[in-house]
Amino acid sequence: MGHAYTPGLQVSERTVYRARRTLPIPGEVLVNQGDRVQARDVVAQTDLPGDIFPLNLANQLSVMPGDIPQLMLKKEGDYISEGEVIAMTNGIFGMFRTPYHSRATGTIESVSGITGQVIVRGKPIPVQVRAYASGVVSEVLPGEGCVIESQATFVQGIFGVGGEAYGKVRVIASSPDEELEAEQITEELKGCIVIGGARIHGDAARRAIECGVAAVVSGGIDDQDLRDILGYDLGVAVTGTEQLGTTVIVTEGFGDIAMADRTFELLTSREGADAAVNGATQIRAGVQRPEILIPLNGDEGEAHGSAGAVAGVLEVGAPVRIIRDPYFGVLGTVADLPTQPQVLGSCSKARVLEVACASGERVTVPRANVELIAE
Amino acid sequence: MTQRQLDPDKIDVILATDCGSTTTKAILIEKVDGHYRQTHRGEAPTTVEEPVADVTVGVTNAATEVGELAGRRLVDDNGEIIRPARGNEGCDIYISTSSAGGGLQILVTGVVEEMSAASAKRAALGAGAIVLDVISSNDRRRPHEQIQRIRELRPDMVVMAGGTDGGTKKHVVKIAELVAPAKPRPRFGGKYRMPVIYAGNQEAAALVANTFDESVTLSVVENVRPTLERENLEPARDCIHDLFLEHVMAHAPGYNRLMEWTDAPIMPTPGAVGNILRQIAERNGINAVGVDIGGATTDVFSVFDGVFNRTVSANLGMSYSISNVCAEAGMPSVLRWVHLDMDERELRNRVKNKMIRPTTIPQTLEALVFEQAVSREALRLAYLQHKEFATTLKGVQQQRTVGDTFSQLSSGQSIVNNMTLNLLVASGGVLSHAPRMEQTAAMMIDAFEPEGFTELAKDSIFMMPHLGVLAQVHPQAALEVFERDCLIYLGTCIAAKGRGRAGRPCFRYEIEGPSLREQGEMPVGEMKLFPLGPEDRAQVKIEPRRGFDVGAGSGRPVEKEVRGGTVGLILDTRGRPLILPDDRSECRQAVATWTQTLGLYNS
Repeated sequence: MGHAYTPGLQVSERTVYRARRTLPIPGEVLVNQGDRVQARDVVAQTDLPGDIFPLNLANQLSVMPGDIPQLMLKKEGDYISEGEVIAMTNGIFGMFRTPYHSRATGTIESVSGITGQVIVRGKPIPVQVRAYASGVVSEVLPGEGCVIESQATFVQGIFGVGGEAYGKVRVIASSPDEELEAEQITEELKGCIVIGGARIHGDAARRAIECGVAAVVSGGIDDQDLRDILGYDLGVAVTGTEQLGTTVIVTEGFGDIAMADRTFELLTSREGADAAVNGATQIRAGVQRPEILIPLNGDEGEAHGSAGAVAGVLEVGAPVRIIRDPYFGVLGTVADLPTQPQVLGSCSKARVLEVACASGERVTVPRANVELIAE
Repeated sequence: MTQRQLDPDKIDVILATDCGSTTTKAILIEKVDGHYRQTHRGEAPTTVEEPVADVTVGVTNAATEVGELAGRRLVDDNGEIIRPARGNEGCDIYISTSSAGGGLQILVTGVVEEMSAASAKRAALGAGAIVLDVISSNDRRRPHEQIQRIRELRPDMVVMAGGTDGGTKKHVVKIAELVAPAKPRPRFGGKYRMPVIYAGNQEAAALVANTFDESVTLSVVENVRPTLERENLEPARDCIHDLFLEHVMAHAPGYNRLMEWTDAPIMPTPGAVGNILRQIAERNGINAVGVDIGGATTDVFSVFDGVFNRTVSANLGMSYSISNVCAEAGMPSVLRWVHLDMDERELRNRVKNKMIRPTTIPQTLEALVFEQAVSREALRLAYLQHKEFATTLKGVQQQRTVGDTFSQLSSGQSIVNNMTLNLLVASGGVLSHAPRMEQTAAMMIDAFEPEGFTELAKDSIFMMPHLGVLAQVHPQAALEVFERDCLIYLGTCIAAKGRGRAGRPCFRYEIEGPSLREQGEMPVGEMKLFPLGPEDRAQVKIEPRRGFDVGAGSGRPVEKEVRGGTVGLILDTRGRPLILPDDRSECRQAVATWTQTLGLYNS
C-alpha cells in the first residue's frame, strides 16, 4: 500500500467558505438570495418556546386531580401573570373557598384531570442567528436559515473553548515560537482577535478576558492553565458553550508548542482584517474543529477549494506533522511508506512511515501518529 | 436489507463488518474442512463524518482490504459487495453491526428510579443503547429542571416506563406531561418524528398517548415491569431494535445503502456482543463477564445465574474520553499502576493531546505503560458502575422466615459476584492490541479483581459483534467460529479474597498436571506465574489460611481442574479488595515487582 487516507486540518489562504446558518426551530429568514451580508448581520430569527412551569394544583388545593378542570378560572391558551388567581375550590356551600395564585407568568398549555397538573409556558425566548461569514447569500432555506458563501482565508485549529466571536486580527507575537504572556495583553486589544505564537499562558488568557479581548489564537496551551481558566477539568472535547467572554483557540495542541510557521505567516499577512472565529470543538460523531475565518474583499484573486475537513492522501513527499510523543509537533515530509508492519518501541506492531524532519533527522513513526498539513 | 432466502448449508463464505466510531472492521469466515473458520480480517477508517459522510465507503475499503489478504475479490467495480460466492469472488452472506455516529442514544423515563425506570434502562442497555439520562418522579430534580434537561438532550428515541399493570396511572401520565411539552429534538435533525416507546402500565397507555401531539411517533409495547416481581424486557428491546433501523439508521449517512446490502438487520454493536455472550454462558452453564473498552465508552456485559446485564459507561474510554478517565479517577489513582518515573504535567498534556487526536497510538514503552495504567482505572470504574446497576429487582417484597433472622439481604443486591465468576473476557483496542498477552491478563486482574478460580480470555480480534449478528442468521457458524477462533484463552487466575499483612502466609498450593508439577506456599502481597499452555490442564489444590477464601469459605481448601492459556496459571495473594500502598515509592516498588513477576514489559 503506497498511500493511506489521513485527515488533516485546513490552513488556506483563499478558499470558498460556505456557512450554513440555521435556526434551532423554524422561524423567519431575513435575507434573500444574492444579498451581501456582513458577519454580524442578523440573517434569521425566531422565538423558542418559553420555559415550562408545572403547577400541581391538586396538591396545592387538596382536591382530587379529576376536579381540577372544573375548578379552573382560566382555560388552556389563556395568558396568566404570577400571583393571579387561576383556580378556586368550591368550598362549603360556596363559603371558605380557597384560591390558587399562579406562581408563574405565561400561557396555560394544558390542564390535566389525571394528574391535577397545570402546565404554564413562559414567555418565548427570542433567538437570532448572525451571518458569521461576510459574503453573499447563496441559498435561502425557507423557515430555517440560509447559506452564505464567502471568499476567505480559513484556518482550522485543533482545539478551542468559547463560541463565535468577531473582531480585527491583531498579531502580537514576533515569531511563531514566542510564548504569549500576560504583559503582552493590553486594554487596546479589547474586541480584537489576538494572534500569539507558541503556548498561551494561563495569566495571559485571564488578562485577555479582563481586557475584553474577543479571541486569542495561539499554538498551544497547558492542561493546567486550561483547567484554571475553565474552573474544571475538561473530560471530553465537546466545547463551544463556555461563557468565558473570550474565545481561546489553539492550533497545534497541549503543551509548549509553537504555531506552525505557515499558519503564523498566513495570520500575520491578514493583520488588521475583520475576522470571525468559533472555538466550538467536538471530537466525537460530527467532528468539529475551531476555526478562524477572515473574509477577502473579493479582488484578491480566485479562491480554490472549499473549506472543511481535509481528506488527503499520505504519499511520499506529502508534508506532515507528527502528533504524538516522542516527536510531538515535529514537521517534515513523508520519506517512505514501508508496506510491512514494524515493531515499535512499545513492542506493538503497526504500519509505519518514515518522516524526513525539517531538522534533517529521519524518524520512523506509526502512520496513525501523523496528520497531513493541508494546502 | 435484501430479503434473500438463505439456505445455511449453502453458505460457505461470510463477510461481516462492524462499523465503529473510528474504524470499520471486516472479517471473512470460510468453510474449511467442513468447519466454519475466521480466515482473514481487514480494517479501514469509518467514513460517517465529513468529508466522505457515507458509511459504505469505509465498508468497501475494509472489505477490499480483507479481500486482498484472502485473494478473493469481494467488491465489484461499482463498489458493491459481490454475492453469491463463485470461485475466488464474492461472499454468500454479508452482515454488519454499527456503533458509528455515537451509537444508539436513548432517553429513559420511569416513575420510580430504582424500579420501573431501572427496568426500562436495562431494556435500553440490553438493546445496545447509550442511556443519556433517566428521568423519574424521585430523581431529586424539580420538574422544571427535568424539563430543561429533556430539552437539552438530543436522543435518538425515548423509552417510557412506569407503573405495574393495573398500578399507578397518575404518576405515569405526570412524566408524560413533562416529556410532551419539552419536545425532545432528535439527534439527526428535525426531518423525522421522535420515536417514543411506551412500555409502562398498560392501562395508562391511552392516557399517555393523549398527552403527545403529532411531533412524536408513539409505539406502545408490553410493560417492562408488569408486576414488581417480574421484568419483561424483550418486547421493549425488540421495539428499540426495530425503531433503530427504521428511524436512526435510516438517517445516518450512507446507512440506507448499507441496510440494502446486508442479509440480516444491522445490529447496534453492543447488542450483538451481549447476544453472543449470553448464548455462550447459557450453553456452557457458566457465569461470565465481558468487557469492551473503546475510545469513547466502556461496555460491561455479565451473565450471572442466567441473568444478563449490560452497562455502558459513556465517558470512560481510551481516546475521546481518556481525559475524563483521568479526571474521574484522579491522576494519583492512574499513576499508582505505573512503575516508571513520569512527569505529571507532561502526562496531563499528553492525555489532552490524545483526547483531541484520538486515533494516535503509543510509540514508546513509557507511553504504553501509561495508557495501560489509564485503562485499569477506566475498567475499574466501569465495573463498579456495572455492579451497582446489575442488581436483583428492587421493590420486591421479601418473604422472611425465622431462619432468615440473621440474613439481612434486602432486594436490590448486586448479582455480580466475583467469587462465582467463571470466565472473564476482554475486548477492545487497549486489551486486544496489547503487545503481550500478559499485559492483557494483568489489566483485567487489576481492574476486575476476580476472586477464587477465574478463566481469563480475550476476543482475539474483536470478533464478538460480528458473531453476535451472525448468530441471528447462522447460529452454527457463529458458535463454531466463537470456539475455534474468537476466544484466546489467557489462562486461569486464582486469587484469595481477604486482607492480611504483607509477607504473612496466605495459602498453600499443589499443582498437578502433565506439564506442570509445583507446590509451595504464597505469602500475602505477591503474584506468581506458572507456564500452562493453551492445550494444557492441571489439577490445583489451594489451602487458604483463616481469613482467606478461594471459593469454599474462609480457610477452606478448594481443589479444581484449571485451564491453561497463552499466559498460564496466575496465583494472586495481593488480597481482595486490592489495595495498593499509599506511599508513592512503596507503591512503585510493589508494582515493579508484580510487573517483573508477570514479565509484562521485559524485552
